[in-house]
Amino acid sequence: MVEHIALVVNGQPREGDVEPRRMLVQFLREDLELTGTHVGCDTSQCGACTVTIDGKAVKSCTMLAVQADGANVKTIEGMQAADGSLHALQEGFWAKHGLQCGFCTPGMIMAASDLLARNTDPTDEEIRHAIEGNICRCTGYHNIVAAIREAASTMRAGATAPTTVTA
Amino acid sequence: MATGVQDVLGSPVKRVEDPRFITGKGRYLDDIKLTGMVHLAILRSPYAHANIRSVDASKAKAMPGVLAVIVGADIPWNPLPMAWPAGGSTVKNNVSTPRILATDSVKWTGEGVAAVVAETPEQAIDALEAIDVDYEPLAAVVDAEKATQPGAVQLHDNAPNNVVFDWTVGDKAGTEKAIAEAEVVVRQRLVNHRLIPNPMEVRGDIGLYNPGTDEYTVWMSSQTPHIQRLLLAAFVTGIPEHKIRCISPDVGGAFGTKIFCYADMALVMWASKLVGGRPVKWVESRRESYGSTIHGRDHITYVEIAGKRDGEVTGVKVKTFANLGGRLSTIGPGVPTTLYGRVLSGCYKIPNVYAEVTGVYTNTTFVDAYRGAGRPEATYVIERAMDLFANEIGMDRAAVRRKNFIPPDAFPYDNPSGLGIAVNGEKIYVDSGNYEPALNKALIAAGYDDLAKLKAEAKTRGKLLGMGLSTYIEVCGVAPSKWIGAVGEGWGAAMWESSNIKVHLTGKVIVTMGTQPQGQGHETTYSQIIAHELGIPMDDIIVQHSDTQGTPFGYGSYGSRTASVGSTAAIKAADKIKDKARRYAAHMLEASPDDIEVIGAEYRVKGSPEKKKTLQEIAFALDLGFSLPGDMEPYLDETAYYDTPNCTWPFGTHIAIVEIDEETGETELTRYIAVDDVGKKINPMIVDGQLHGGIAQGIGQALWETAVYGDDGQLLSGSMMDYALPRASWLPNFELDETITPSPVNPLGVKGVGEAGAIASTAAVANAVNDALGPLGIRHTDMPFTAQTVWRAIQSAKGARA
Repeated sequence: MVEHIALVVNGQPREGDVEPRRMLVQFLREDLELTGTHVGCDTSQCGACTVTIDGKAVKSCTMLAVQADGANVKTIEGMQAADGSLHALQEGFWAKHGLQCGFCTPGMIMAASDLLARNTDPTDEEIRHAIEGNICRCTGYHNIVAAIREAASTMRAGATAPTTVTA
Repeated sequence: MATGVQDVLGSPVKRVEDPRFITGKGRYLDDIKLTGMVHLAILRSPYAHANIRSVDASKAKAMPGVLAVIVGADIPWNPLPMAWPAGGSTVKNNVSTPRILATDSVKWTGEGVAAVVAETPEQAIDALEAIDVDYEPLAAVVDAEKATQPGAVQLHDNAPNNVVFDWTVGDKAGTEKAIAEAEVVVRQRLVNHRLIPNPMEVRGDIGLYNPGTDEYTVWMSSQTPHIQRLLLAAFVTGIPEHKIRCISPDVGGAFGTKIFCYADMALVMWASKLVGGRPVKWVESRRESYGSTIHGRDHITYVEIAGKRDGEVTGVKVKTFANLGGRLSTIGPGVPTTLYGRVLSGCYKIPNVYAEVTGVYTNTTFVDAYRGAGRPEATYVIERAMDLFANEIGMDRAAVRRKNFIPPDAFPYDNPSGLGIAVNGEKIYVDSGNYEPALNKALIAAGYDDLAKLKAEAKTRGKLLGMGLSTYIEVCGVAPSKWIGAVGEGWGAAMWESSNIKVHLTGKVIVTMGTQPQGQGHETTYSQIIAHELGIPMDDIIVQHSDTQGTPFGYGSYGSRTASVGSTAAIKAADKIKDKARRYAAHMLEASPDDIEVIGAEYRVKGSPEKKKTLQEIAFALDLGFSLPGDMEPYLDETAYYDTPNCTWPFGTHIAIVEIDEETGETELTRYIAVDDVGKKINPMIVDGQLHGGIAQGIGQALWETAVYGDDGQLLSGSMMDYALPRASWLPNFELDETITPSPVNPLGVKGVGEAGAIASTAAVANAVNDALGPLGIRHTDMPFTAQTVWRAIQSAKGARA
C-alpha cells in the first residue's frame, strides 16, 4: 500500500508515493536523495535529522512522510541562497569552528535557524536551550554557541558577506 | 617564507573540509547508494548468555524481498583477530573473540546470530522476526570483580574464573616495602564505570564482490581502513590482501570505536558474493550499536597510596579488574595494560609503583579503546589518590601535587611503572615536561586562593561548592614500533605513518596520507604543513586519505598520533620533493645542487637571485621529462614512511568548579578551566576544538553518562533515551589557556591533542564533587554524580552524623 504525497521542499514542489510507515527523513534521504539530513538515533533524541517545516524545527524522524503532505519543508540543502552564497549560520559555523565531524551540523543549523527566526539576539543560555534537542559529540558545544552568536550578529547587521562555494 | 605566499602554519585558518559539511554535501557511509544495492540486517541475541540449540531460517527465506538468510555455520571464516594481548613473556591470554555470526553460544545481548539480505532495509528487518532461534538461556554475570569469584557463571572453557589475563607491572616488593614503612597510607576502592562512546554517526559497511576479478571492495565507517584490509585478509577470511580494497568515506565521529575489526565488515563481503556480486549495505541502528560497537572504561580498582606527612608520595599500589565483555575486541587487552598500568604514576616522581590488572570476561558488550583508552582511567586513579592523600595529611591539594611533580630538570624521566623498557639499549622516556607553570596558571584563573570565600558564599545559597584539580599527563602519538614490538605487546604491528606527495605538471599538489580523519580536520592541517614546507598556497593542495587504493599503507588515526607521526611523514615526503626539485633546478640553471637555495617555492642560485625557477616550473619540466640529468627519474612524486623515536607527552592542569544543591543533590558544573600543554600548534582553532570535545566527554562520564546492566545482562541504558549524553544546556563555556613545551621528537614540536581533554576532565570533575561533599564527612563517592547518587551520599552522611 502506498500513499501519494505532494509537498514543497527547499522551494521546489516535490511528489512521491510512500508506504504509510515511511518516515519523513527516509523520504528526504532516500526518495529525494537529500542526504544532508542525517539519522543519528532511533529514539528522536539526537536531532541530526532536524529540518524546518513552515519555519519550525522538526525532527524528521518523528514525522511520517504522509504527515508532511502539503507542508513546506526546508533542509540543509535549502539554506544557501540561489546564487550559492552561504547562509549566515553556515558562515558562522565555518568561521567559529562550530563543527568537527559534521554529522550533527545540518540538524544543528536547522534548529538554530528556528531560534534566530524567533529571537534575533539570543543569550548564550538561550542558544544552549534552543539546541538542547540536538546532540553534538565532537565540539562540547562551545564553538557551536559561538557560531550561532556570530550568525545572529551578522543577521542583525543585515550585512551578509557571502562566499560562494562549489562543494 | 618568501615569494609572497602567506605562511599559514600555526594560524587558525578555516577548515577546507567544512564547505561540504555545512551545505549537507558530506558523504557518510549511509549516504552511498550503489547500483543494484541490497540491504543486510543482523539478528542479535536477546539473551546475555545462552547456548544456541538451533536456528530455523526457513520462514524468513520465503519473506518478500529476501535474497538470502545467513547463519553462523554457513561461514567457514575465522573468528575475529585479537591483535594486542596483555604483554610480557609470562602472561597467558585466554582468548575468545567473536565469530562472524555466533554458532554455538552467545555471550552478550547484541551478539549477532543470523543475517538477512533483502532488497530493502525494511524487508531485511521484517524477515529477522521470522527467524526462529532456539536458545538455552544461561545465568549471566556482568560485574568484573564478581565474575572472578569462586562459583561465578563461567563464559569460556579456556578462561577459568573468567580471567582473560593476569598482568603486572612495576616493583612489587619495593612498593609493598614502601607502603609498610610509610607514615601514611590511604586505601580506596574506585569504580571507573562503563561508557558507551556514541559517535553521532553509527557504524556501517558496504560490501561489493566483483565476480569478474574475484576482488572485494568494502566501504566502512572506520578509523583504520588499511589495518582492516590486513586483518580481514590475513586473519579472518583468507582472501589475499591485494584482492580487498577498503574505503572509509566521511566518518561522523569515532572516538576509538571505529578502530576495530568488526564481524559486520566480513559479513557484507560474504553476503555480496552470496548474492552474485550485488553491493550489500549494513548500517547499525543506534539501539543496535549499543550492543554491536565497543564500550569503554569499566574498571574496578583498589588503590593504595603511601607517603610522608610532609606530602611526599613514596609508593602507589593498584589492583584493577578490567571488564572486557563477553568476547575480546581487537585491542581490548592492550588498553588496561600498556595504556593504563604503565602510566599510573602520572606526572609524579613516585619511586615505587606496582600494578596488577586482571582482564575479565562478563556477559556484556566488548570493551576496547574509547577516547583516551586507559589513560583516563589511570589519571582518574592517581588524581583521586593524590586528593585522598592530601586530605588525609591535611595538606593543600595543589601543594601536594607541586611537591611530587617530576621536576623540569629530571627529563628525560624514567617512569618506574615500566615505560622505560630497554629496547636494544635504548629506552622510552617521558621526554619533556614543565608542570608547575600550567598548574599556576590554572590556579590563578580559577581563583583557587579564594576557594574558602567561594564556598562560604555558595553556602548562603544552599549550595555546596567544590573545586577539583587534575594535573594530568598523557602518553600519546603511539608510536615507536620498536617499543610496541619490544615489550611483547602486540602481534608485530608497527606504528609508523606514511605520506605521498605528487607535484603535478600544472604545479598542483596531491598529498595522500595513511592516516584517517573522523572530524579532526586533517585536510586542513596537512595542507597548512605542506603549504609551509613547499612555499605554495593551501589552495594548490588537496589532501586525500581513507582508501587503500591510492594511499600509502598507514596505521590510521587513534591514540592522538596524527599530528606527531602523520605530520612528520608528510614533512619527510616534502623534504624529498624539495631535494629532488633542488637537484633538478640545478640542472635547469646549470649550477651545482649545492649552490641552489630554496626560498619558499623559489629555487635560486646563491648570489644570483635573478637565476631562479619556481616549484611549478620545475615540476612542469621534470614531469615532461624532456631533459633529465644522469639517472634522475621523471616526475615529482615522493613517498616517506616515518617511525617516531618516542611518543609525545602532553600535560596540563584542569580545574572544575561545581555547585551541589544540598537538598536535591543536583550538581551543576559552573566553571571549567583548562591549561594544556600540547606543544606547538599547527592550527590553534582546531586544537582548541579538540580540547573542547574531549573535555565535554570526560565531564559527561563524571556527571551523567553510564552504561547500566541488569544482573541478567540486559543493557538497561540501551537507548539514547536512557544513556545520558551531555546536552548544550548542561555545559558551561570552557576557559582555555596554554603553556607551550615543544615535543623534542618531531620537527613541528607538536604533541597529540585528541584525547587530552577526556583524559584530564573526568578526574577534575570527580575531585570537585568530592571536594564539595568533603565538609559533610564524605571521603569518596563514585561517579557518575547524578542527583540520585549525590543525594544518597548526602543523606547517608547526614544519617551517620545524626
